[in-house]
Amino acid sequence: MSQIPDNLKYVASHEWVRTEADGTLTIGITDHAQAALGDLVFVEVPAPGRVLSANESCAVVESVKAASDVYAPVAGEVIAANPALADAPEILNSDPYNEGWMWKMKPANLADVEGLLDAAGYQKVLADA
Amino acid sequence: MPFIPHTDQDIRDMLAVVGAPSIEALFDEIPPSLRAGRLEAVPEALPEMAITQLMHARAAEDVVALNFIGAGAYEHHIPAAVWEITTRGEFYSAYTPYQAEASQGTLQLLYEYQTMICGLTAMEVSNASLYDGASGLGEALLMAMRANRSNGSGEVLMPRTVHPRYRDVVEATTGAQGIRVLPLDYDPATGVTLTAALAAHADRKPTAVVIPQPNFFGQLEDVDALTDWAHERGALVVAVVNPTALALLKPPGEWGRQGADIVCGEGQPLGAPLSSGGPYFGFLTARQSLVREMPGRIVGRTVDLDGKPGFTLTLQAREQHIRRAKAKSNICTNQGLLVTAATLYMSLLGPQGLARVAAQSHHYLGALVARLSAIPGVKAVFSGPRFHEAVVRLDRPVAPVLAQLAARGILGGLDLSADFPELGHSLLVCATETKSETHLDQYARALRDVLAS
Repeated sequence: MSQIPDNLKYVASHEWVRTEADGTLTIGITDHAQAALGDLVFVEVPAPGRVLSANESCAVVESVKAASDVYAPVAGEVIAANPALADAPEILNSDPYNEGWMWKMKPANLADVEGLLDAAGYQKVLADA
Repeated sequence: MPFIPHTDQDIRDMLAVVGAPSIEALFDEIPPSLRAGRLEAVPEALPEMAITQLMHARAAEDVVALNFIGAGAYEHHIPAAVWEITTRGEFYSAYTPYQAEASQGTLQLLYEYQTMICGLTAMEVSNASLYDGASGLGEALLMAMRANRSNGSGEVLMPRTVHPRYRDVVEATTGAQGIRVLPLDYDPATGVTLTAALAAHADRKPTAVVIPQPNFFGQLEDVDALTDWAHERGALVVAVVNPTALALLKPPGEWGRQGADIVCGEGQPLGAPLSSGGPYFGFLTARQSLVREMPGRIVGRTVDLDGKPGFTLTLQAREQHIRRAKAKSNICTNQGLLVTAATLYMSLLGPQGLARVAAQSHHYLGALVARLSAIPGVKAVFSGPRFHEAVVRLDRPVAPVLAQLAARGILGGLDLSADFPELGHSLLVCATETKSETHLDQYARALRDVLAS
């Protein structure tokens, strides 16, 4: 059974979003997603400064089995990308919700996050799949 | 016998399964303006005997002449073993096989090719080849755009000393992608890229700078200075090089303080005959850090479950069959047969043999230029070091002179007056190790006669 922390928001395309105290967002892919992909060998993250629209394809996770796009959960500007992933993509497998974060962004509208799935909603997506 | 194995019934059955009314309906999403429609110029089918006779007649039009044209394709001696082995049944295919790993011999050969071409260019990674040198430059520039995305200017500085047809192909392959190609002019005395031309772009942040070596005129560019200038501005350096010349010249990986970032070129000089312009192959090598932006197939070495060494296609997430529209390139094949010949050619010659070919070519070019410039009405246009070819100026229009030489069985060079009108009645001449002193005398005598008449 994959972990779905209660304090995060989710997107049906398997991204998670954490709202930080300063109103910025941290984004990654879920435990379910990393398990389904298998051992990751390469992660491409968006460059800081890039302005994203909601649902824009902006990152790639490549495993020994497949390469998948990762989408921006909401609109906003990228303010940081996880530098550790370039040399150690496996941390996305071992710790998807903490060390394996992918990028941070400043949302165009913080209220957009409220429209995303909560843990129970994402759990239902997985159950229905 | 038709080579499409589906019967009409097969086709109807398959359409019924996918729920499409006709094969035509499967192409509905392509706008009508982009469809070719009926191909009016394609002639009717001919029976085998008629087509054989037609092809024999066409082949007979191809003359055997004493050739002094280079301009991107070079006549070198090819050891007989190269094509004897290349055309063996085990190798004789244009393609990387499907189920590639079932063909370990082919993959090993491609891996050896990649290793050799990395050695020749002093770079870290190579793909298994591209279609030709010109499309290789187009792919190299698209790769540079992806790899240097943070630069974002979308500008490429392109010396006018890059082959004019390569510049055309770059325009065709990159023009629709928002890339702007800015020309760099050359020094009329030395035929190499002007320092002053760079100064005009001092404030720009180009994404990539192209550096040819030797350049289209055969002249040697100041590659160290150009490389450092580009890197100081955050640009990637894309080298376009002649593989034979690299046996003697400093390889791109060692240019300037950091070396070039991407290297490409025409592979034909490595074992492929001129054969009226193709098929040839393009090579592409790069820094390890750029490998995920590289187009085309890449073969890697690995071990199987028992720890035995084996070969495999690798980094395939760059390619169309995995990434579809988001693949790094629409090129997902290579020039397998030509690369087989190139690998055998390089193996048979070795580094010393290739260096001897380069040294002899250089020697005979010098001898050719000396003989031609001694003729009244002929002058060498540029000074400075050169390789493979040189530009000479005649005292009259070039085309009629070339026609008279051709009538004497000599292909006297390439007329530059259309591509470089500022050079006047100029001609690009080439000599390789295949041109002995006797051949050079024959050309000089013929040109002297033609110009005296």
